[in-house]
Amino acid sequence: MVNAIKKFIQKFYLGIMLLFLYAPILILIVLSFNKSKSRSKWGGFTLDWYRSLFESSDLLTALYNTLLIALLSALGATLLGTMGAIAINRMRKSTRTIMMSITNIPMLNAEIVTAISLMLLFIAVREFIPNFQLGFLSVLVSHITFNIPYVILSVSPKLKQTDRSTYEAAMDLGASPIMAFFKVVLPDIMPGILSGFLLAFTMSLDDFVITHFTKGPGLDTLSTKIYAETRKGIQPEIYALSTILFGAVFLLLVLVNLRKDKNQADAKPRR
Amino acid sequence: MSDRKLIDLVDITKQYGDSVVLDDLNLYIRENEFLTLLGPSGCGKTTTLRIIGGFETPDKGKVIFDGKDITRLAPNERQLNTVFQKYALFTHMTITENIAFGLKIKKKSKQYIKDKIDYALKLVNLDGFGNRMPDSLSGGQQQRIAIARAIVNEPKVLLLDEPLGALDLKMRQDMQYELIRLKNELGITFVYVTHDQEEALTMSDTIVVMNQGYIQQVGTPEMIYNEPKNAFVADFIGESNIISATMVEDKLVNILGANFVCVDTGFGRNQPVDVVIRPEDIDLVKPEDGIIKGRVTSLIFKGVHYEMEVMANGREWLVHSTDLSPVGSEVGIRVDPFDIQIMNRPESEDEEVVTIDEP
Ligand SMILES: Nc1ncnc2c1ncn2[C@@H]1O[C@H](COP(=O)(O)OP(=O)(O)O)[C@@H](O)[C@H]1O
Ligand SMILES: [Mg+2]
Repeated sequence: MVNAIKKFIQKFYLGIMLLFLYAPILILIVLSFNKSKSRSKWGGFTLDWYRSLFESSDLLTALYNTLLIALLSALGATLLGTMGAIAINRMRKSTRTIMMSITNIPMLNAEIVTAISLMLLFIAVREFIPNFQLGFLSVLVSHITFNIPYVILSVSPKLKQTDRSTYEAAMDLGASPIMAFFKVVLPDIMPGILSGFLLAFTMSLDDFVITHFTKGPGLDTLSTKIYAETRKGIQPEIYALSTILFGAVFLLLVLVNLRKDKNQADAKPRR
Repeated sequence: MSDRKLIDLVDITKQYGDSVVLDDLNLYIRENEFLTLLGPSGCGKTTTLRIIGGFETPDKGKVIFDGKDITRLAPNERQLNTVFQKYALFTHMTITENIAFGLKIKKKSKQYIKDKIDYALKLVNLDGFGNRMPDSLSGGQQQRIAIARAIVNEPKVLLLDEPLGALDLKMRQDMQYELIRLKNELGITFVYVTHDQEEALTMSDTIVVMNQGYIQQVGTPEMIYNEPKNAFVADFIGESNIISATMVEDKLVNILGANFVCVDTGFGRNQPVDVVIRPEDIDLVKPEDGIIKGRVTSLIFKGVHYEMEVMANGREWLVHSTDLSPVGSEVGIRVDPFDIQIMNRPESEDEEVVTIDEP
């Protein structure tokens, strides 16, 4: 009897927790299908808001910008982050620890601080190159910057697992250092690189603060667009858009986590 | 084994930071020789092998291969292959792809590669394993694949760094015979690294005993075992009694106050020396027949022989014998003249390294 009550309380607690976490998003999703514009009345199911969303060229441009920046910044960060991880892995142990801490700090740093410092940097750049405008390029560079640590963090453990002697074995069998890297080291760390890419893509898709401060007047991504719209008064299309954004990020995160589980399962039987 | 020098290491010095790992090392390796670098862990065996393989560059000195200076050549430009201690198989490739790796880089024809793989898999007794992944093989099987992967490239020299180190005892013994068979079938030069003296004695044509970056002795297994040049070699290769003594005159040595007849000459009168006597070379006789008398203090049955300790003239003598003398009994000790090995006592600082620092 006491046990049953204990069980009930445990379940109840978990339920409340999940409710608090997801109720706001749930409400948003429900509202995005609500025929009535009212936030408190259910006027029947509709896809109208989604339809008008895709007819609004402003929002579509923002979506396009978001996806393009996410893709390009993820690619850039993956390239730079992987190279960085390889370099860090080959350092001496003391230097390596210091370098890893340095690359980790931007992840823990308050986003607003990163955002403002990046903005200041771009303004300073404008002093020297007057033609430089805040816009697509500055946002892209910012996203690459804050994404690099995530890539390093996913690639490093894989590098640590791979034995340096396989690289040497490839050279021993006649491969040049570059060939040895692409044929032997890269396939070994590929799962980490892919996870890093997905994580970077998600982070970029998700970002508001840094984009807001570095985008300049002309450019909008989904998150900054939504923010601007809500200040005018929230239109139901925004619910639809937010639902799509949430769905996309949710899907990507599930993918990343599935990969992680798989990597760990793969890694176990190895020595 | 021919008499032609294939590899010549000339005045090799290698330093990491402040520590000198190899100091002015000179060594040649002959064609078709099975040469083993033997020594305690950290004495520079792997470093020597990596210098031959091209994974390290010496700070001073030259590596001559087949008459050409290859000191600065990259590993992929050398006609030798390495078998690494931890196999270093490519885990994302099948066994076949692993073995084909070097041949594909050399742009060999498909048929040639296929024939070579079949031949190599048969040679290492792993016919039919071609489509498996490395992870699905046992340690011994993985090591044999690593060997197959190396030998299909027809290297003139195979470098092996403690290739059996990670295997259990039974597997290790099987693989020792396998390696000797391979060496004979292929007729190539093996440079083998181990810290296991039994392994070295079993397999090698030539053993190079190393300690702290210095070569202590080079010779056949018999020479190294029967005529160790110094106390370090004597102690590292098998068990032995190493005793301080004085040369009385040619062919007569005073050990702990008693004169023993030996066969060595040229040490000079009253010269302090070290003598080595192997435990199996000591004969226990009746007390009155011995050169010195002693009392048995311990006795252990070891299967093929008894191991006894005899207290005589203030020292424990280690004795191996198939005849048993009970603990407490009085015995005499005799040693045949040619079983007494006389060695110079180290004097200079360079020779100092040879003093025993391993239990
Ligand atoms: N890359 C390196 N950096 C610094 N010291 C090293 C390096 N490689 C080897 N050493 C040192 O050199 C010495 C000899 O090492 P090694 O050749 O691996 O010995 P062995 O193979 O005989 O055990 C050891 O003291 C080891 O710590
Ligand atoms: Mg070693």
